[in-house]
Amino acid sequence: MSVAEAEGGKRSSFLAFDKLGVLIALIIVAGALMPFTIFRANRIVLGEGRSLIEALDPVMTLVLCAVLIAGFVVALWRVDTRAKLVVGFMVLAVLAINVGLSADYLTPEENNFSRISPGAGFWLLTFAFALMVADALTRLRFKAWTRLGILAAVAAAVAVLLWSGTLDNLSILREYATRADAFWQEARMHLLLAFGAVAIAILVGVPLGIFCYRTPSVRAAILNVLNIVQTIPSIALFGLLIAPLAWVALHVPGARAIGISGIGTAPALVALFFYSLLPIVANTVVGLQSVPEAANDAAKGMGMTDRQRLWAVELPLAFPVILTGIRIVLVQDIGLATIAALIGGGGFGVFVFQGIGQTAMDLVLLGAVPTVALAFAAAVVLDAIVEMVSTPERPK
Amino acid sequence: MKIGLVIRLIVLALLIAFLISPETFRFAFAPLVTGNQPVIYNQGSLLEITINHLMIVAIAVAAATALAVGLAILVTRPFGAEFLPLSRSLANIGQTFPPVAVLALAVPILGFGTAPTLVALFLYGLLPIFENTLTGLTNLPGAVTEAARGMGMTGRQRLLRVELPLAFPVILAGVRLSTVISLATATIGSTVAARTLGEVIIAGLLSNNTSFVLQGGLIVGVLAVLIYDALSALERFLARRTGQSRRAAA
Repeated sequence: MSVAEAEGGKRSSFLAFDKLGVLIALIIVAGALMPFTIFRANRIVLGEGRSLIEALDPVMTLVLCAVLIAGFVVALWRVDTRAKLVVGFMVLAVLAINVGLSADYLTPEENNFSRISPGAGFWLLTFAFALMVADALTRLRFKAWTRLGILAAVAAAVAVLLWSGTLDNLSILREYATRADAFWQEARMHLLLAFGAVAIAILVGVPLGIFCYRTPSVRAAILNVLNIVQTIPSIALFGLLIAPLAWVALHVPGARAIGISGIGTAPALVALFFYSLLPIVANTVVGLQSVPEAANDAAKGMGMTDRQRLWAVELPLAFPVILTGIRIVLVQDIGLATIAALIGGGGFGVFVFQGIGQTAMDLVLLGAVPTVALAFAAAVVLDAIVEMVSTPERPK
Repeated sequence: MKIGLVIRLIVLALLIAFLISPETFRFAFAPLVTGNQPVIYNQGSLLEITINHLMIVAIAVAAATALAVGLAILVTRPFGAEFLPLSRSLANIGQTFPPVAVLALAVPILGFGTAPTLVALFLYGLLPIFENTLTGLTNLPGAVTEAARGMGMTGRQRLLRVELPLAFPVILAGVRLSTVISLATATIGSTVAARTLGEVIIAGLLSNNTSFVLQGGLIVGVLAVLIYDALSALERFLARRTGQSRRAAA
């Protein structure tokens, strides 16, 4: 850092550092000094770190170091933001490939028990360049379609990387390999829980929101009740729904036939549905309230009935706000669905809790990484859609 | 409003009575158990667990408030202005991380017990407070900050005497959100062996004892609702006060 500062002082007239760049550069230095990967003799023993030099064969070490130094320089200097974005993505890709190569290099031959997982150094380096990319993306303010395109490109790159087998020797993918079927089954369950709860919440919440908007006398009461539901901790709500649903399964004919029971998917779905209701109802009310008076008056003047006005004027104008509520709820439900595993509801939480139980952190990651990726992708996609529907339509 | 207050006080009294002497309430939970299952949680004192739960939340939220407000002040000063856009989007991205994942990933670094729970609550609690402090500090009425500058106040004086007091209700709303999230997330902490009320719920889930689940769930739920209401009331009070002082100044 002292070198950087000294140089910065000398040439500050035409080569100023940006402050975030200095922070990123420091993280890069720290990351390069920390263990790049962790080697463990078997799945659950404590690991030993392998530095950049030990973790890769000498040629690849040189390549990676050269790439990191290039990334370091680009992070530090005030270069074009687009250049920072491209370099950031490229370094991230090189890091991902190299952590896979390191796993190949460190795995002893004919030893199926040893495990190699990314170390603190890898995570810090990834964090540093992810910061650079995030900052560049924030500054460039891309259009919604461009953001979706970038998301799709990143997803495709990750898919190619996984499919090519480069990362197959990493511990997290070894965990995946032994339970590939279960993984996809839990993935389907996770999506079913999150999207199912949101879908039901939209079907119930939007009409309820319209009702609240039209009937001010009940509005406060309904919103208060939903607010209280929102403050009940998820694990408690999951638990509390077990008893009533078990009762329903026993006493309502046909309930058991459609899969309702005390534990499992039903209470998880119902709990997620309850959590989803408040943001959707509240945003529907706010959205309808923000419809300009003039638009409503014009519609009335044209002789529209209440129902026509609702469909042709109020709902379309309130749509972006309702969609924002749906975005909040979807991201929240994807995260909360992990807890469903505690009551036998399935989803990626199964791996998280199994991993905690066996102190196998790679198994925790196998559950946590897809959840985070899914929530993140959902946030990006819905943010883009909200932006697209909010921009006034251009004349054709 | 009056009736609401009475109901809340009664609920609080009931909660305290239940925590001090759970056996008195045996009759209410007895119908929920089958066979010779224990009716009242018997693997530790409910009062002790509740106090521990609240302590973990209090420590985490206090630490999160200190750091988040500090960071938000930093990025809204001219020195840290470069970090403002990035910190906004980081706060957004951070919220897509599910609490369970944060909790589980803290375990390899910190081992099992209270430590990973504290760290997870702290990290997760940062976001709402940071976001609200940013909102509070960047949406100040322009006339007021102009007047403060015109009076010859230094940056520090403006921050301490004008900006922070005006932003305080919004910051408190962030602390409230953070506290409620932390109360809930702390229950998940017992999956990594922290001594919180989640222990009671999970013991109930594992032994199929609805009474345990209900006891743990009720205590956390009631605590969350009461604390949420108390902080909202404090916020309304403070907002009214700053509103009045603003009117007096104008």
